Amino acid sequence: MYKFLLCWRYLRTRYIALASIVSVTLGVATLIVVNAVMAGFTGEMHDRIKGVNSDLTLDARGLNGFKNPEWHMARVNELVGDRIESMSPVVYVPAILNYRVSGQWITQQVTVVGIDAATQASSSKFSEYLQHPANRDKFSFNLHDGGYDRRDRTGGDEAPVRVGMEMAGWELRRERARIEKQWQQFEQEAQNQAAEEARNRPLTQAELAKIQQQVDQAPTELEPLLELARENEFNREFALAVGLYQKALAVSDGAAAIYNELGMCLARQEKHEEAIAALRTAANMETGNIAFVNDLAGVLVLAGEHVEAWEWLSSSQSTGIAHSNMAFFLRSAGEGLLAQEHLEKAKAAGLLIQDDEFDFGPENPGDSAVPFQDPFARDRQRGGGRVFDAEVDQHTGCVLGMALVSFRPPKKSDDSAGEEHFMVLPGDDVRLTFPNAATPPDIINDTFTVVDFYESKMHEFDKEFIFVPIKKLQDLRGMIEPETGERFVNSIQIRLKNPDEADLVRDKLREAFEPQLYQVGTWRDKQGALLAAVNMETVILNILLFLIIAVAGFGILAIFFMIVVEKTKDIGILKSLGAHANGVMGIFLAYGLSLGIVGAGVGLIAGLLFVTYINEIADWLGRITGKPVFDPQVYYFYEIPAHVDPFTVAWIVLGAMFIAVAASVFPALRAARLKPVEALRYE
Amino acid sequence: MSSSGTSAAKAALIGQLSANKIPARGPHWRGEQVVDMEGVASPSAPTSVEEERRAQPKASALQGMGIKKAYRKGKTPVPVLHDVSIDIREGEFVSIIGQSGSGKSTLLHVLGTLDSPDAGEVRLGGKRIDNLSARRRDALRNRHFGMIFQFYHLLPELTTLENVLAPVMISEGMFAYRIKRRKYVEQAKAILDRVGLSHRLKHKPRELSGGEMQRAAIARALVTNPRVLLADEPTGNLDRKTGDEIMSLLVSLNETQALSIVMVTHDGVIAERAHRAMRLTDGRMKAA
Ligand SMILES: Nc1ncnc2c1ncn2[C@@H]1O[C@H](COP(=O)(O)OP(=O)(O)O)[C@@H](O)[C@H]1O
Ligand SMILES: [Mg+2]
Repeated sequence: MYKFLLCWRYLRTRYIALASIVSVTLGVATLIVVNAVMAGFTGEMHDRIKGVNSDLTLDARGLNGFKNPEWHMARVNELVGDRIESMSPVVYVPAILNYRVSGQWITQQVTVVGIDAATQASSSKFSEYLQHPANRDKFSFNLHDGGYDRRDRTGGDEAPVRVGMEMAGWELRRERARIEKQWQQFEQEAQNQAAEEARNRPLTQAELAKIQQQVDQAPTELEPLLELARENEFNREFALAVGLYQKALAVSDGAAAIYNELGMCLARQEKHEEAIAALRTAANMETGNIAFVNDLAGVLVLAGEHVEAWEWLSSSQSTGIAHSNMAFFLRSAGEGLLAQEHLEKAKAAGLLIQDDEFDFGPENPGDSAVPFQDPFARDRQRGGGRVFDAEVDQHTGCVLGMALVSFRPPKKSDDSAGEEHFMVLPGDDVRLTFPNAATPPDIINDTFTVVDFYESKMHEFDKEFIFVPIKKLQDLRGMIEPETGERFVNSIQIRLKNPDEADLVRDKLREAFEPQLYQVGTWRDKQGALLAAVNMETVILNILLFLIIAVAGFGILAIFFMIVVEKTKDIGILKSLGAHANGVMGIFLAYGLSLGIVGAGVGLIAGLLFVTYINEIADWLGRITGKPVFDPQVYYFYEIPAHVDPFTVAWIVLGAMFIAVAASVFPALRAARLKPVEALRYE
Repeated sequence: MSSSGTSAAKAALIGQLSANKIPARGPHWRGEQVVDMEGVASPSAPTSVEEERRAQPKASALQGMGIKKAYRKGKTPVPVLHDVSIDIREGEFVSIIGQSGSGKSTLLHVLGTLDSPDAGEVRLGGKRIDNLSARRRDALRNRHFGMIFQFYHLLPELTTLENVLAPVMISEGMFAYRIKRRKYVEQAKAILDRVGLSHRLKHKPRELSGGEMQRAAIARALVTNPRVLLADEPTGNLDRKTGDEIMSLLVSLNETQALSIVMVTHDGVIAERAHRAMRLTDGRMKAA
């Protein structure tokens, strides 16, 4: 009993001894934190690696794979079927990815993986890493309308905003296609306009002189006459023009087309009477020529002869079109209300008319110089064969590793989560180029539409893989035996019911499949070097930190020796009172143990608190130092992963307590050996 | 010594003791262990102190026979005790006078089994104890010897009460002590009351005067109800008046409880208060 009382009193009166265990505390806390973070990182990494790889793969040694995956899967089932959860065939091929960013083509080296959309999801965590909720639920290679995650869903508000992701999907695709078309249209229009301008440009003096000369030389030649007439009309030399048209009429013996042209020329001078006469002649000469009729009707409407105009229109074309044209002329003549009436009638007659069809607006009551325009030109342009239209069609879908096409510019301020930019978004098209299965291989390339991104957060994978439908890849590469139609695959991915059995299953499969042709490996085998490196790191850190605690042990040793020296008299007194050497030793061992318990206990609590609030602490440190301690941009985690393993913690705490007790053994032994008489002799 | 003041104090103390109705032999919590494992027979409790005193011849309580002890200074032995024999009877108060450095403390340590003699024997109640194992000697010291020192030797971290309880704590396991703690505390308080320290229970030694510390040391020596009290210059560090009080206390303990006391001192006046005084010179014992 006195041991504990004295031990307790010594503790309470000698707080300095606690100083000797500060390093035990720090050591224990650091060990706990380091182990938790390392375990967290390793666990996270295992998860990611495992997410990308299935438990086990049966790989072909060659790029062109092996024939008949069904047979292989049947064979695997035969051997270890009871342990297998699912299997999925896969085709791998190295490839070149091309896509265009602001007019420049970018080229990247990738690995194209052909997967079966349905089975891939079940043999690895593939679908969990996709960015569209529907794809995570049930993956397909079809582009979605929208709704792609606008931030990493594991990061919450801390995750950087994905710029442009809100548009991704069909919306983006339509927008891009529309812009593309508009662009083409602009170009087309620019070309047309250039041609038009070239045509409409006033003739130079020399040209004019030349035509004049022609007309002078051969006054009976029709074409130069007409050309000169048109030129004069264009230059608003109406008197000259009319004279020339009349000359042409005389030469041509009264052709309907020239009457028409003359009429329009007169109409432009607003000589409606004469114009109508000329146009009527033309229309009467060729009653079937709707153009002549329309021109006549237009001028009649301008002249206010609505009844005659309607008679001409209605007699020459269907009611709907007649109404529509009538409406157009009326609107041109400024008769908006009447035009509206005819428009209604045209609609009633079943004509499809868009609301803005004739809407010139009140302030723009039509250009009377343009009496006629074919309202159905647009309809005539439509139709024809079915052509690929990027607005409504997609190419074969592909899933890009996100890191291939994304980048994060450095953060500007600390509170913003930053932004993630994309060079390509779901909805865009990319080109893939890869060798086919011939010998020697030819280059195959095809366009794919990005339907989703893949982010496992294992950077090596995310900037490596592009997933496409396996059938398409086999077709493109010619991985089909022409005679039998049997397909080739590179690999069969196997998911086990119990992942711990991977080594066992691997060994069985290795026996069954020839090693010259097949390679069987677990995900651990594939990532062995990386995992070993991380393990090594953990072990070394543990050793180093335990050395720190051992150093603390020497501190305890020294302080205890001093306490024993200081307490020599007390030890003598206790012995004179009948205390046994073991009892005296017990005091100091209990003392050491208490220090160990206190040190390790405080360290345990500090360590666990640190681990619990590790992210807050990291944020806080970042704020103080102005530099983020843990930059999610580097690790692609938003929180420092920490996993506290109770077994490790127990081991650390017991180890520290053992060191504290061991350090107190020598001082305690010395105290026990002390001769009471010598201890008591002097004051 | 026979000043009226001390006599009055003594009378008051004795009156107090009887008022407290403490049994003459002190508390007998170790009654069941009277015949203890060391085979050293405890004396049967006397019915009356005076009766026992008068009973002749008294049994020998502690005997030293032909004790020799030498310290080694390098290779040459420095003899301290040549051939010391001493016989302390039950209930006897023996004082040993000697100059400083004459070997008084050494003799007392040997008698109290803190040190072992080079030659000779130490007997307690007629049984030899100097050749017992360390563990048995520790237990013996704990149960049958009470020791007080010139420099009190209290444990500075413990309160008066805890210091007094220390021998009990040493002998009892933690569990047993916990169970009987209340009883032990009561008994310790009673003893402290007897030595006149009931008002200093919670004080640490550094908060006590020399006399108070010596009283606490006496209480501690008495708590296990020992057979022999070994006192090494108990007044050596006290002024005359306080020393007298301590002596009176020892005398009264000897008288009321028939406690055998061996006291060493260099002060002849103090030594005279014992039943018998002896002188230690040149490592030999002589009657004073
Ligand atoms: N451990 C020791 N080593 C050597 N000599 C000692 C030792 N202890 C005591 N002595 C010597 O023994 C003699 C007796 O000492 P001690 O018994 O303390 O005398 P006293 O108590 O009578 O003053 C002294 O001369 C002292 O120097
Ligand atoms: Mg001495």
